[in-house]
Amino acid sequence: MKREMVTIDANEAVAYVAYRTNEVIAIYPITPSSGMGEFADAWSAAKKKNAWGTVPLVVEMQSEGGAAGAVHGALTTGSLTTTFTASQGLLLMIPNMYKIAGELTPTVFHVSARSVATHALSIFGDHSDINAARSTGFALLASSSVQEAQDMALISQAATLEARIPFLHFFDGFRTSHEVNKIEQLTEEDMRAMLDDDLIVAARIRGLSPDRPVIRGTAQNPDVFFQARERCNPFYEACPGIVQKAMDKFAGLVGRSYHLFDYQGAADAENIIVIMGSGAETCDETAEFLAKQGEKVGVLTVRLYRPFSTPHFLKALPPSVKKIAVLDRTKEPGAAGEPLYMDVVTAVNEGLANGSAPFKIAPQIIGGRYGLSSKEFTPAMAKAVFDELKKSNPKNHFTVGIQDDVSHSSLSYDPHFSIASPDTVYCVFFGLGADGTVGANKNSIKIIGEETDYGAQGYFVYDSKKSGSITISHLRFGPRRIRAPYLIGENEANFVACHQFSFLERIDILKYARQGGVFLLNSIYGPDQVWDHLPREVQETIIAKKLKFYVIDGYEVAHKTGMGGRINTIMQTCFFAISGVLPREEAIKQIKKSIEKTYGKRGETVVRQNFEAVDSTLANLYEVKVPEKANSAIQRLSLSQQAPEFVRDVLGPMIFYEGDNLPVSALPVDGTFPSATSQWEKRNIALEIPVWEPNLCIQCGKCAFVCPHAVIRQKVYDPALLKNAPETFKFIDAKFKELPDMKYTIQVAPEDCTGCALCVEACPAKDKSQVGRKAINMAEQLPLREKERENWEFFLSLPETDRSSFQPGTVKNSQLLQPLFEFSGACGGCGETPYVKLVSQLFGDRSVIANATGCSSIYGGNLPTTPWAKNKEGRGPAWSNSLFEDNAEFGLGMRLTIDKQSEYARELLPQFAEAAGQTLVDEILNADQSDDASIIRQRERVAILKQRLANLKDPKAKHLSALADFLVRKSVWVIGGDGWAYDIGYGGLDHVLASGRNINILVLDTEVYSNTGGQASKSTPRAAVAKFAANGKGLPKKDLGMIAMAYGYVYVAKVAMGANDQHTLRAFLEADAYPGPSLIIAYSHCISHGIDMRKGLEQQKLAVLSGIWPLYRYNPALIAQGQNPLSLDSKEPSIPVEDYAYNETRYRMLLQSDEIRAEQLMRAARDDVRKRWELYRQMAEIEYNAGQNNNSNGGSHD
Amino acid sequence: MIDLTTSYLGLQLKNPLVAAASPLSKKLSNVRKLEDAGVSAVVMYSLFEEQISHESRALDYFLSRGTESFAEALSYFPEMEHYNIGPDEYLNLIQKLKSSIDIPVIASLNGVSTGGWIEYAHRMQQAGADALELNIYYIPTDFDITSKDLEQSYVNLVSDLRKQIRIPLAVKLSPFFTALPSLARQLVEAGAGGLVLFNRFYQPDLDIEMLEVIPSLELSTSSELRLPLRWVAILYGRISADLALTTGIHSAEDIIKGIMAGASVVQPASALLRNGIHWAKEALSGIEEWMEKFEYESVRQMRGSMSQQAVAEPAAFERANYMKALTSFDNRIIP
Repeated sequence: MKREMVTIDANEAVAYVAYRTNEVIAIYPITPSSGMGEFADAWSAAKKKNAWGTVPLVVEMQSEGGAAGAVHGALTTGSLTTTFTASQGLLLMIPNMYKIAGELTPTVFHVSARSVATHALSIFGDHSDINAARSTGFALLASSSVQEAQDMALISQAATLEARIPFLHFFDGFRTSHEVNKIEQLTEEDMRAMLDDDLIVAARIRGLSPDRPVIRGTAQNPDVFFQARERCNPFYEACPGIVQKAMDKFAGLVGRSYHLFDYQGAADAENIIVIMGSGAETCDETAEFLAKQGEKVGVLTVRLYRPFSTPHFLKALPPSVKKIAVLDRTKEPGAAGEPLYMDVVTAVNEGLANGSAPFKIAPQIIGGRYGLSSKEFTPAMAKAVFDELKKSNPKNHFTVGIQDDVSHSSLSYDPHFSIASPDTVYCVFFGLGADGTVGANKNSIKIIGEETDYGAQGYFVYDSKKSGSITISHLRFGPRRIRAPYLIGENEANFVACHQFSFLERIDILKYARQGGVFLLNSIYGPDQVWDHLPREVQETIIAKKLKFYVIDGYEVAHKTGMGGRINTIMQTCFFAISGVLPREEAIKQIKKSIEKTYGKRGETVVRQNFEAVDSTLANLYEVKVPEKANSAIQRLSLSQQAPEFVRDVLGPMIFYEGDNLPVSALPVDGTFPSATSQWEKRNIALEIPVWEPNLCIQCGKCAFVCPHAVIRQKVYDPALLKNAPETFKFIDAKFKELPDMKYTIQVAPEDCTGCALCVEACPAKDKSQVGRKAINMAEQLPLREKERENWEFFLSLPETDRSSFQPGTVKNSQLLQPLFEFSGACGGCGETPYVKLVSQLFGDRSVIANATGCSSIYGGNLPTTPWAKNKEGRGPAWSNSLFEDNAEFGLGMRLTIDKQSEYARELLPQFAEAAGQTLVDEILNADQSDDASIIRQRERVAILKQRLANLKDPKAKHLSALADFLVRKSVWVIGGDGWAYDIGYGGLDHVLASGRNINILVLDTEVYSNTGGQASKSTPRAAVAKFAANGKGLPKKDLGMIAMAYGYVYVAKVAMGANDQHTLRAFLEADAYPGPSLIIAYSHCISHGIDMRKGLEQQKLAVLSGIWPLYRYNPALIAQGQNPLSLDSKEPSIPVEDYAYNETRYRMLLQSDEIRAEQLMRAARDDVRKRWELYRQMAEIEYNAGQNNNSNGGSHD
Repeated sequence: MIDLTTSYLGLQLKNPLVAAASPLSKKLSNVRKLEDAGVSAVVMYSLFEEQISHESRALDYFLSRGTESFAEALSYFPEMEHYNIGPDEYLNLIQKLKSSIDIPVIASLNGVSTGGWIEYAHRMQQAGADALELNIYYIPTDFDITSKDLEQSYVNLVSDLRKQIRIPLAVKLSPFFTALPSLARQLVEAGAGGLVLFNRFYQPDLDIEMLEVIPSLELSTSSELRLPLRWVAILYGRISADLALTTGIHSAEDIIKGIMAGASVVQPASALLRNGIHWAKEALSGIEEWMEKFEYESVRQMRGSMSQQAVAEPAAFERANYMKALTSFDNRIIP
């Protein structure tokens, strides 16, 4: 049978099979498995049928726990059902997995294995999640490659139906899930041939039905539970045989042969590695290489990990084995060994004890850890393991791939060892996220894979920043199948491309280039000038490695052909032209074909301009004549010497892509990092930055208020301080009534700005003679960089305005407060971060923050540097992220600590009245702490108290001293997105609101799961398109504010900074002041809305004018005063919803794809607005009488 | 029996009232209502040169932005099966209209440069358009472009378009030409079978509080009829092309004026938008009543009867007319 060769990643390969072999799919997005669910959703929306001719039903749930429940329900009623997940998601499924397995229900969960969060979250791959699920009773089947992932998806589906044991099919997150490789695609005939219809019918018949009622899910007592639990044993005993049978059937059908344990290597191998997942491919390749050099080595790849079949395992081992190294891609602190190692030890010992082992002398067994969180696992590391086995006393419980200078567990390896094949071509591309490099490289590898006989592989490394991010593409192709599940190594690449000149200043790009390789640079400097602009290290490498050096001004070609900043097809054309993988004409034909495929739906203009770019490329591609000597004085960038030691020595290497070289000792023991580190990164990603025009400025503070990255700031200061000001430092007389006779400056941090221009949009001051000129205007960054850097440093040296000298209740004044959230990696123009920054300014020096997983935890806490900062007294927000689902509860726990410890401190304090002084004690206990001035005074009292307690011997004095800071008012902020608040964390959020505790909840509402790529949440509004709502969300947005108001004692505000900044500020201040729970729902424009981000504030305004986003505050404190707590703060809708909505791609794309439905939904959306407004209006008009009160307890939590 | 029939661009029409390009034609239901109200043909809303390229570019930009750069979000939107952008949507509507109504459908292209986009004229023809109206709508702000260059480019555009299609082609012009008759003749020689006089430029307004230039769209009034009326009268009979009068048609009398000046058809838009589609029905019965009252037999009889060639004082359409108007104006207001 002819099968198609396709070049796809494992997520697509697995989803392809899972979709076609199931009827119901319940999922929840989580990296790196989201792609599988998205493929399934897209196919279902397009009415693609499964192998039996029906369109599977795909449903997005509110959490993985919910997905597992829905899967369980669908299974128990007899549907072929599947799900896709990873990491924390899998952990949330575990309770249901026990049930599903206990009920012997066939299903396959496909898992792109990912690290479980411990000392830190990681989205990358290892086996800690699947190992956490190994006791559920699910069978665990591992795949090592993209091809295997597809094949095992089908084999597991066949096996589960016969075995009745549910399967967890896993493959390595990112390394396999996101690797693009050329595979033979199974057909639907293959699927039907593998899946026994009788077994499917049997599963259906076991399903609950009122036509044949049974009871499942009983509660059992000590008398029978144990026996009943043992009842399933025969099924587990039969399972390995059934899996092997399915593998054999598959081999007969398709030709690829698999076994529960596959051994590769010398028949007389003495040293063996046992491993599962993609690392097995690396070990296999390495063993093959070493065997050719006469080494007696082999690799046993584990495929069926659970049920672990000892007989099959022993049978697969060569009798000659003397030493075994078991490699686990997980860590179980405190265990006798990692799980696979323990299995092997047990199996070998059992085999020796009962005589079933193929050897008589016990082989020596060692275990080791590798590849946690997608840490590279290379042939050099595999060789290090084989080398260790050669030793007479090999190290047990070792690690490989890191330098462990603490526990000394690590094996050393030769980083220069390479098994790179001479007939394979290796290419590395450095791109800017926004320039389309990865997309073009995915197309290139598809072209090579599908238009030539070559094997082809692509793997893509992404940045953790959302703005100005760097991507690195690793492409391999050649006459043989490409395995190599690891990055291209140093000195291996035949072709290195740098698509952004400035990278040369930051990253050692050419370390990848091999001797005599090719270097392609996108450069505004032509072939005659470019040399003089290269850093010296780059020049030296080009000369030393004898690289052929090409340049193209991709931006110029892109500009001329209307491509803007997208140089992808231009650089792709250069790659094909230089690499010669295809004849030039053929290559251009294929590039154009892939352009049509990728962009065809988006209109002919886009296709045509891409074609023009391709056609214009080669005339602009030049080879550079390389001089014999390096002559550059330009050095590669390094971190400021003023940076703290930890930043320089630990975060610095991470910033410059050298973090792999950090030893274990460099890192904190418990995942605790210093704050205020983003100030040292200086990414210089803005092409243009704002420039202040003092003579036009009205000192309103709006520019600073909206700045997402806290790069534009204002200060009011003593004129005498200007004595040492740099020549170009700008200032004017301050116009702040509380601060007379002072000077005022707005200053921009030139190297931290992302160039989003929100400040310019927000600026209300226009030049009366030239209205296009405002008090803030954008100008090119490069010519300004040096001077503005100096000005910024001087500005920072000016003292912050004394918080006790003004009230922060106006936008203007609020921006005198130092932002303690700065220079995050959020998208340029982010709609969330201005709110987060405002919290940091108003309450940052006394706040503890619980942050739900999502965008805000990534730009807030993803290494290398983090944006939460501190003031000169060393105070600032203390921040942590627990999980996605538990954030409200996490924050409540913080509140409980503060409440309890301040209570205890207040209990202790009177006991030290003599030592501390009665007056001081009384003042502390009775202090008003309603504003900054009074809080500062309380801090001073507490400092005196600590001094007076310092020399006391009483242990209680030590306690009081440690707790005394809790006598100063603290603010707890719980921050997260709508995915958390409306969906996965809603239950907890509701409970915390109900608790009555003094806690402030900020929902950054982007109306989709932004961090994982725009999946619908219950906040998604009607008529908007999102993933899992591809035909437009048919139901209205959940009214979270209304639900919270129903409690009657929760402060609720709905705000939109762009529509009314003063209202936003007021709501934040009221929320903090309110002594009970507060909920602020903040409109956050987002890249996932498909808007011009510069116009984000304008969109917010339109959202309010259209009534889509009414502004209000519900303050229960007003009830006691006989006032209506609800204040409707925006005017009646005055523009049609369409005038707001159709500025956004998420709404417009429905209009463009299904006009009739778009109009229907838009009508309904208008109706939603009208009804909601009417309801709110009526609520706001209800009369409250002072005497009426009621249970509004203003935050009491009895 | 009064004969309202007329011929325009070779199309035999039941009356001279053709719905001008306007947002009304974006919906099939509205076009059905126009047909029911009696209009003899409909000019569809304009497909703009910029729209063809802009929608495609915008969609691509917003769907591509942020993709493939952050590991957790390799894209932000679901992949749709198909997008009806720019021309697709337009072409689909032509097809729908042709299968739903009986009156002729005149497609409208709006642009100034020759380029890839003009192939859409061919596609409009394929989709079933009975004729094409090219709307030349351009504000020259480049100091290096002369009027001669610009007019030549318009002529070239008409010539290029003519080669693309076999259906009749009309050109809708603005009144802002120094020597309109010469240009009109060149356009006709390049292949225009009809001239539509005139399109109205939406003039931006200034918000003097917000200090912003704001787009402003105001409907025409009857008084604006004079300008096209004069030029239709001047051109009638002197070029071998049909004339359509648009701008300022607000009553049956306005229609009759247009026909008497020499228009084969008149194309109202503002009147339909302001008064509703039923206005067409009232206007048509108004023409009939007027013709009955003044004993006209047919529209053909009336057409061009007051053109410059036909009137007793041709100079009335020239500069002298201006002097006369000023004088009469002064007489009215100066005591």
